[in-house]
Amino acid sequence: MAAQTTTPRTQDDRLVEAGFLKRMLSRPELGALGGAVLVWVFFALVAGDRGFLTIRGAASYLEVSSHLGILAVAVALLMIGGEFDLSIGSMIGWAGMVMAILASQWGVPLYIGAILSLVIAMGVGALNGYMVLRTKLPSFIITLASLFVLRGLTIGLTRTLTGVTNIGGMADLPGYELMRVIFASDIPIGEANFPISIIWWFAVAAIGTWVLIRTKVGNWIFGTGGDQNAARNVGVPVAKLKIGLFMTTAFAAWLVAVIQVIGSKSANVLRGEQQEFTAIIATVIGGTLLTGGYGSAVGALLGALIFGMTKQGIVFWGIDSDWFQVFLGVTLIIAVLVNNYIRKRAEEARQ
Amino acid sequence: MKQSMLEVRNISKYFGNVVALSDVSMNVHKGEVMCLLGDNGAGKSTLIKILSGVHRSSEGQYLFEGKDVSFTSPRHALDHGIATVYQDLAMIPLMSIARNFFLGSEPIKKVGPFNMFDRKFADDAAREEMRKMGIDIRDPSQPVGTLSGGERQSVAIARAVYFGAKVLILDEPTAALGVKQAGTVLRYIAQSRARGIAVIFITHNPHHAYAVGDRFTILKRGRTLGTFTKDELPREEMVRMMSGQDELEALTHELVEFQHTDELYAESQMAEIDQQLSSTLSKME
Repeated sequence: MAAQTTTPRTQDDRLVEAGFLKRMLSRPELGALGGAVLVWVFFALVAGDRGFLTIRGAASYLEVSSHLGILAVAVALLMIGGEFDLSIGSMIGWAGMVMAILASQWGVPLYIGAILSLVIAMGVGALNGYMVLRTKLPSFIITLASLFVLRGLTIGLTRTLTGVTNIGGMADLPGYELMRVIFASDIPIGEANFPISIIWWFAVAAIGTWVLIRTKVGNWIFGTGGDQNAARNVGVPVAKLKIGLFMTTAFAAWLVAVIQVIGSKSANVLRGEQQEFTAIIATVIGGTLLTGGYGSAVGALLGALIFGMTKQGIVFWGIDSDWFQVFLGVTLIIAVLVNNYIRKRAEEARQ
Repeated sequence: MKQSMLEVRNISKYFGNVVALSDVSMNVHKGEVMCLLGDNGAGKSTLIKILSGVHRSSEGQYLFEGKDVSFTSPRHALDHGIATVYQDLAMIPLMSIARNFFLGSEPIKKVGPFNMFDRKFADDAAREEMRKMGIDIRDPSQPVGTLSGGERQSVAIARAVYFGAKVLILDEPTAALGVKQAGTVLRYIAQSRARGIAVIFITHNPHHAYAVGDRFTILKRGRTLGTFTKDELPREEMVRMMSGQDELEALTHELVEFQHTDELYAESQMAEIDQQLSSTLSKME
């Protein structure tokens, strides 16, 4: 505050001193925080005595949230940058299968298989980005196409090469133990085991937040999503940035694929189905605008948490699982409405 | 004779067989506001696109600081210190003032092995730069979308000045603004001139041009009708030259109605700008 003492600022009568609370209110993830609390309280009330409130309950919804959350954070970065990636669900199946086939059919150690799978996944991500930039078609269309192509390729190639659609027995393959420690080990807390994927989830969200808020790349992402031409005119490398963002979502899909394949000890061609939608939903619940230019990684983390709590909360509640999707849909709408309401109030407070 | 900061000589531009500009010459000096006037379709946009490096002229010479130049891109022109502020502003409404200010040229702070975006520097520099231009922004972290049109223009101009613009090309900065907001921007143009920047101010509003312009180049149907100083060109004459003879009759009728108020406005504006300038100058001393 040395600057303030040497050059006293002229007090502007229009300036309402923005306090800590107001600043918090203007963050995009605030609505999601409210939504998460609401969902937690709801299930604490209806399913609190059935295990939702136990440490085991927490471990279970955090695990579900973590897989979705890793995707959602990457999707948030891409969506703030103004693009969509619908191919991530197929990418999970594809990346897991590439790793499993390399390891089970050709005897490549699992970790080498994982690295090769990562390289291929990032290549597909870059191709998505390149196609979007080159064709100038909406990324919705391009990645919708790659959603089908990737899923089809995964099923077709797997059946051609192995004759089956599910490859098990990962635990017997060389390199499994190392992979398990990194991607699928458990951290015992109390009587529950917290899977390490939760740590990956928080790490990805922390890195995403850091990139968005504290680096120049983050500034470019917001700028490009807000107005691509304006950003390009002031020298932002829009093409490179977008390709990088598509590679980021591909990376996130690969990470989830590895966690799931190692955790379940098997790869399935259908893994990751519909994850592209749930990831986008979680991101939107987290306060990121569908139209780009605004949002946060922490919001995506919270959006995934809302989703995970709802999914597992319904199980704890003991409702017939036939009704699961109804509750899921209603909860999501309520979460988004709460989110919007709080954001609107916050914007009014700010002005 | 002062050397021109930026000069074009006998520039022509053809798009296929359409003649957009024909044999246009103009120049601008350091610390001068050159107004480029003309009705819609007169070729103003084509000319500024050539000046700012978006297009290249089909014929003619482009001199910057006395040397022949040929810009391949807006970035190239910008690197020479020719900054263009377009009507759409290149501002991102949802981003903060400071982030907008430094978009594409982010200040970097090294923290360990990481290059971080230096937020404090960005906030302080944006606030300081705006204050130099006479605008006290409330909070550099507030979204640009919450600013008025005039304030947004001012941020865009301040950004160009901050990044070392020697020539500032302003494309219709007052076009979509109300009277008061246009005043803010005009004051800002005068401030830029006082800081020694050569300003090319494009407008089709002769009253705004008259308030800050030193010289006036009038374009019509892709040709220049000449460059005039303020003494040589009364406002009525300027309006007459910008519009066609035929339209003049109808226009005069319309003008009579609002000219009076406009004159008052322009006078008060001038007085305000003069006052602002003298106070700025006295502060500098």
